[in-house]
Amino acid sequence: MINIIVFIPIIAALLIGFLGSGKKISLLASGTNLILGVFIFFELIKTGGKEIIYESSFLILETPKLALSFGVDGMSGILILLTLIVTFCAVQVSPEKGPDGKEKLFHISSMLISAGALGAFGATDMFFMFAFHELALIPTFLMIAIYGHGRDKVAIAWKITIYLGLGSLVLLGGLIALYSNLQGSGNPTFNIAELTDLAQSHPISDSLQKWIFLSVFLGFGILVSLFPFHSWAAPAYAAAPTPTAMLHAGVLKKFGLYGIIRIAMPMLPEGLASWHGLILVLLLGNILYVGFVTIAQSQLDKMLGNSSVMHMGYAFLGIACVNEIGTNGAVFMMFAHGVSIALLFALCGSLRERLNTLSLNRIGGLSGKVPFLAVTFGFAAFASIGLPGFANFASEVTILFGAFKEAQQISSLQITAILAIWGVVISAVYMLRAYRGVFQGESDRSLTLVRKDSLPKSPIVILIIILMITGFFPNIILSLLHFKP
Amino acid sequence: MPAYLLEVIVLVLGFLMLGIEAFSRTGSRSRVAQFGVCGLLVVFLFLFVVDSDESYWNVYHFDNLAAFYKGIIILSTLMVLVMARDFAPVLKRYTSDCNESSGIGEYYCIPVFVCCGLMWMASAKDLITIFVSLELATIGFYVLVSFMRRNVGSLEAGVKYLILGALSTGFFVYGIAWMFGSTGTFELNEISKVIDSGVVERAPVIFAIALIIVGLGFKIAAVPFHIWVPDVYQGTSMPVTAYLSVASKAAGFIVLLRVVEPFMKSSMTAGACILLFSVLASMTLIFGNLAAIKQTNVKRLLAYSSIAHAGFLIMAIPALEKNFSLTLQGPNPIQSISFYLAGYLLMSMLCFLILTIVRVSSDSENLDSLSGLGSRSPLLAFSMTVGIASLAGVPLTVGFFGKFLIFNVAIQYAMHSGYWFLVSFAILGATAGFYYYFKIIKVMYFNKPKDDEGESISVNPLSKFLILSLVVLVIISGVFPNLLMSFL
Repeated sequence: MINIIVFIPIIAALLIGFLGSGKKISLLASGTNLILGVFIFFELIKTGGKEIIYESSFLILETPKLALSFGVDGMSGILILLTLIVTFCAVQVSPEKGPDGKEKLFHISSMLISAGALGAFGATDMFFMFAFHELALIPTFLMIAIYGHGRDKVAIAWKITIYLGLGSLVLLGGLIALYSNLQGSGNPTFNIAELTDLAQSHPISDSLQKWIFLSVFLGFGILVSLFPFHSWAAPAYAAAPTPTAMLHAGVLKKFGLYGIIRIAMPMLPEGLASWHGLILVLLLGNILYVGFVTIAQSQLDKMLGNSSVMHMGYAFLGIACVNEIGTNGAVFMMFAHGVSIALLFALCGSLRERLNTLSLNRIGGLSGKVPFLAVTFGFAAFASIGLPGFANFASEVTILFGAFKEAQQISSLQITAILAIWGVVISAVYMLRAYRGVFQGESDRSLTLVRKDSLPKSPIVILIIILMITGFFPNIILSLLHFKP
Repeated sequence: MPAYLLEVIVLVLGFLMLGIEAFSRTGSRSRVAQFGVCGLLVVFLFLFVVDSDESYWNVYHFDNLAAFYKGIIILSTLMVLVMARDFAPVLKRYTSDCNESSGIGEYYCIPVFVCCGLMWMASAKDLITIFVSLELATIGFYVLVSFMRRNVGSLEAGVKYLILGALSTGFFVYGIAWMFGSTGTFELNEISKVIDSGVVERAPVIFAIALIIVGLGFKIAAVPFHIWVPDVYQGTSMPVTAYLSVASKAAGFIVLLRVVEPFMKSSMTAGACILLFSVLASMTLIFGNLAAIKQTNVKRLLAYSSIAHAGFLIMAIPALEKNFSLTLQGPNPIQSISFYLAGYLLMSMLCFLILTIVRVSSDSENLDSLSGLGSRSPLLAFSMTVGIASLAGVPLTVGFFGKFLIFNVAIQYAMHSGYWFLVSFAILGATAGFYYYFKIIKVMYFNKPKDDEGESISVNPLSKFLILSLVVLVIISGVFPNLLMSFL
């Protein structure tokens, strides 16, 4: 089942290559996929999400045991659902044809990015989990370099490619060191579940764990734009075409966090413990430093890009709690942030298309001209700040519960959490300022709406509804998560 | 059927081709190439039916590894012939004044003789046989490199290759002499026994190894013996560039592995060898990858990339050390290197085939000649993207799995020995690789074609078939590496 979901976008990409008519095929593929995904999600709710269901495995190599195996449990199910939702919406808001009048490359790239994310979340084999994530590297590069915005889009495309390439190679090094140290007497394996069992029965020595964890953590961290390796993210999302920004910021970036929770935490607990202080400092860098940077932005797209970097800090905070509530909160946060940032980028893309500028100093007073955008952007901004009723609030609160769970006295984790709460204030400052700047007040006289509204309403509404449902009933998501640190 | 007949058949094939060339009328010589391709295909099929694990007269050994490398060499010769056929229009211009094809028949025959030498190299296990077979191949290459005699670049390449090749041969022979002088034998198996017995002195043996590595380092394009590579790759014709970078390198590596293995396993020489190869690998990784960044000529870029790939391969050689091989998880260094080379054959040949076609149609070797290939010929652009992605090591291609195997060996070796600097150079090098390889992808899709090159490119059916099957093989053997691994 999961393998079908992963291969549908790849087949769709091939079909687009041969037949053309990119948007129709990708809509069909992502729609079918979303239906399958919702079905799987209900199945997961039925089984509770503890066990891996819909397992399929195809042995590829005997020694070391390497298998193209897929499966889904609560955590990966949530992220697969997120990928499917965001892909479906991204395909809907993407234009019929790329800016150069060609349709193939644009839609093939979107489909491949989606396939990479689905494969990465669905794989139960460490090798393929890594490999699928890397699959998205070339499409992302091409999308930004060819269809991006701004004068220095090529330089930005290089930057993201080199950063992500370096991150994944550091990660690859760490993963190889990890798997080769985690072998019992039997056939060496890459299966994540078997490796986790091995890590619990024969833990790696503390001194070795420390260095392997550092390499794995930095590798995954670069992929999630962990401070101070975050500088690729904001310009890349600002320059990327809307669907790519939605898919990358909303989905693909979460792979690093997923990897830390799936691989680094259970297999290298001592490593995490020995770098705990460093992680706390870095995540504060994400929340506070990048938060202030976000306030200083004068372009809406750059601001959104930076805000997505900033919110990753909360997910790291959830991980740093090293308990069930915190980690579950982090996964929930990944889902909530993925939906809300995709929503924001979709709206931002529509604004860019119609204004040709996103400078907050120039635009203003748009609420009368584009009421739909004004209302939905308001929802999205409130969600992103973390107002109650939206999933973002529920997830941030869960993370903070995790930070204060069984805290007898105030330790560095609690101090970090207290400082991190100020991040909510920071995000309120920049989001509300942006909202005021765009939709209220006076606009620059020379500014006019250049195009008709081409933004389809349904994906926007779907994303808002999902944010509100999971915000009011967070248990839908949280009941599927059973992380045992 | 005894295995040495393979070389005999290839030799006879070469003479037959020469005969056809000599007695056929003036006109197109492409039939010579077609005959060669068919003949090599038959030889490749024979590879599966000959008696395995036999050795003849102590000079010719046929084992699994030899068969694997012979396969690589035969296939690359075959593809070079296909490429040479496509390249004929350019070649004609530089070989005769009246643009006739009468002068290019030998161009199809010499690779077959070279192929014979390279195949023999894969079976050689004593230093004299290695030397003779190496020279058989190299002399053929001297002719091939300078074949475009009316092209200054090609002549320059020929001279450089000849002088530096002769110099490296000198080093190699001198090393063999020292080795014979200190151990009293040419046979590698005997040498390892003599060393283990402890009756020989250490210094002369290590000196001999160093000299032999200089000679072989020239073949595999390791820094600092790489000086010839960029100029020769750039100057000579595209098919020969491909041949040098794939077949010559593969044969060089099998010889290097066979020569070095006994010394790696012996405690007397292991330390020095590990040091030598670590230094060699670091320099090759850094230089190859960094120098490639600035290149604007495609062939020169691929020359540096070929140096960089040699660096990745050499990185796995220190892991042949005896104590380490027991603790290694997964495929051993020799398997990893061989897999990488087989993958390199597929992806490199794919790129060179496409570049040959583009070269003929646009008459330029600059990166710009690829501009707008995405709209001029989507098929070629897509195939090139697959090849380049594989060279860069993007997952689900054979290049990634090869790199993964090498990293697997190198990282485990680093944990064993503490040589982490090798791994970090490799990571930096691979990251730089993303830049210079993706530059090619960017040019194809992003840059607009020049006005005069807007028309689409026609590809002849044989090349199209080969390109498509290479694309499929690059992806399939990246996802199912067992296809290649099962031969090792």
